Amino acid sequence: MLTESTARSQVSAILDVEKIREDFPVLKQSIHGKPLVYLDSAATAQKPYAVVEAIRKFHEVDCANIHRGVHELSQRSTAAYEETRGKARRFLNARNKSELIFVRGTTEGINLVASAWGRKNVKAGDEIIISALEHHSNIVPWQILCEEKEAKLRVIPMNDRGELILEEYEKLLNPRTRMVAFAHVSNALGTVNPAREIIELAHKAGALALVDGAQAAPHMKVDVQALDADFYAFSGHKVIGPTGIGVLYGKSKLLNAMPPYQGGGDMIRTVTFEKTTYADLPYKFEAGTPNIAGGIGLGAALDYVTAVGMDKIAAYEHELLLYGTEALQRIPGLKLIGTAREKAAVLSFVMEGIHPHDIGTVLDRQGIAVRTGHHCAQPVMDWFHVPATTRASLAFYNTAAEIDALAAGLLKVKELFS
Amino acid sequence: MVDDLYQEIILDHSKHPRNCHAMEDANRKAEGYNPLCGDKLKLFLKVENDVVRDASFVGSGCAISTASASLMTESLKGKTREEAMKLLDRFHDLLTTESEVGRDLGKLVVFCGVREYPARVKCATLAWHTLKSALNGAASEPVTTE
Repeated sequence: MLTESTARSQVSAILDVEKIREDFPVLKQSIHGKPLVYLDSAATAQKPYAVVEAIRKFHEVDCANIHRGVHELSQRSTAAYEETRGKARRFLNARNKSELIFVRGTTEGINLVASAWGRKNVKAGDEIIISALEHHSNIVPWQILCEEKEAKLRVIPMNDRGELILEEYEKLLNPRTRMVAFAHVSNALGTVNPAREIIELAHKAGALALVDGAQAAPHMKVDVQALDADFYAFSGHKVIGPTGIGVLYGKSKLLNAMPPYQGGGDMIRTVTFEKTTYADLPYKFEAGTPNIAGGIGLGAALDYVTAVGMDKIAAYEHELLLYGTEALQRIPGLKLIGTAREKAAVLSFVMEGIHPHDIGTVLDRQGIAVRTGHHCAQPVMDWFHVPATTRASLAFYNTAAEIDALAAGLLKVKELFS
Repeated sequence: MVDDLYQEIILDHSKHPRNCHAMEDANRKAEGYNPLCGDKLKLFLKVENDVVRDASFVGSGCAISTASASLMTESLKGKTREEAMKLLDRFHDLLTTESEVGRDLGKLVVFCGVREYPARVKCATLAWHTLKSALNGAASEPVTTE
């Protein structure tokens, strides 16, 4: 077994994390007199100067509406916004730029599919499969659809480690299955699901597959073609971009066959009071003036993580997660919730006799930001018979020293409440 | 520091909550729920001739919500309905306004530190929201803090 000091140096060898931290202004502050230890990146990630600057430049220099107007500013803003679409294509390795739809975030991406695809393709008696570890945003849109269409929602169960049970999944698949919607990585547990395998099985059964990539896109290289995903959604703000912007990938064949999601400007070709014809992809799904600044900020964010390297980020965070797992397991009375063999960036836990909100408040007073509660995944909490957990979530700007601060903070929590 | 919030008396009542049991012969009951953190609470009252003769609770929650329920049930006993409602208002003021800390709150003044932690105000008020619903005798649905 590694000693603590060698483990720490192994973590730091993969990335020059101190140099990276210099790029994130938020991290350079004290909270309640202690250096900020930000361990809530699964809720939202911090933003580098490059992103802040890109948004500022848009508002200060290039601000205009896009896709209309022949004037210089409109052309600049259109070019900058559309450039992000190309970056998103490369980020997900999609075949074609027109397969990337800008949305507000993962939630809207899933709602778009449940609404536009679901309205047309799901009928009474059909079945939609989700999994036991989904975020509410990948449960509720399908529930709404199923209720409206009298379709059936079925759930892939998980085991005590928080891994989906694939044998049970196979039993759920049948000719009535229309869609399998699942998280690539669980936000509450950190479980990395075998996406390729889940999708392949869905396709064999004649169903489509949608992947909620909100917690995967920030932490690993995603290749929608290799996955053969039909839809893949992620949120910009979890990938160090701004809030209010995200991307939905869909295979063009499917997107083309779908009715629009919302009607309005920018999504039409011609409008008369008798008949409207719709714009081509991706604009058919982008009604109204979008979050232009957000889109441009997302472009800068994708540039940043691409320059660092998604493979390096994944490797670094993996070492940090192992280091954190060991550190937390040394704390008496602490139980990790979610111990899947394949995990990413999340340390969710409970402490005997101490409520997560008390843990969160005491840690906050030591400058440590964690998330406490049900993490918008109440069925996951029910499965583990806990009302809530404390979740420390990692990003590539976190350090082993911050994990040590968390462990020390938790010992103080124990001291106070026992 | 964090000791302002977790004063000794709060820690004591959270670790050893008083009146923490179901009450067979309660004539007023209500349930409270904080959907943000999942805290749940059932409150039992025995009210005779408009006076709270006995009060108890069961539930799961954080140190603040448990201590608040524990201290609330203690302070309710012997109070008329009107006095209890008045206490509720005074307690709410203690947590949410800058007003002078009321002397008539007794032990409940230990919760004055919660004021500095806006995210935790609902933990402290859950039991009291539930009290209001129990005294008003309505609510077939659990009362929530939202």
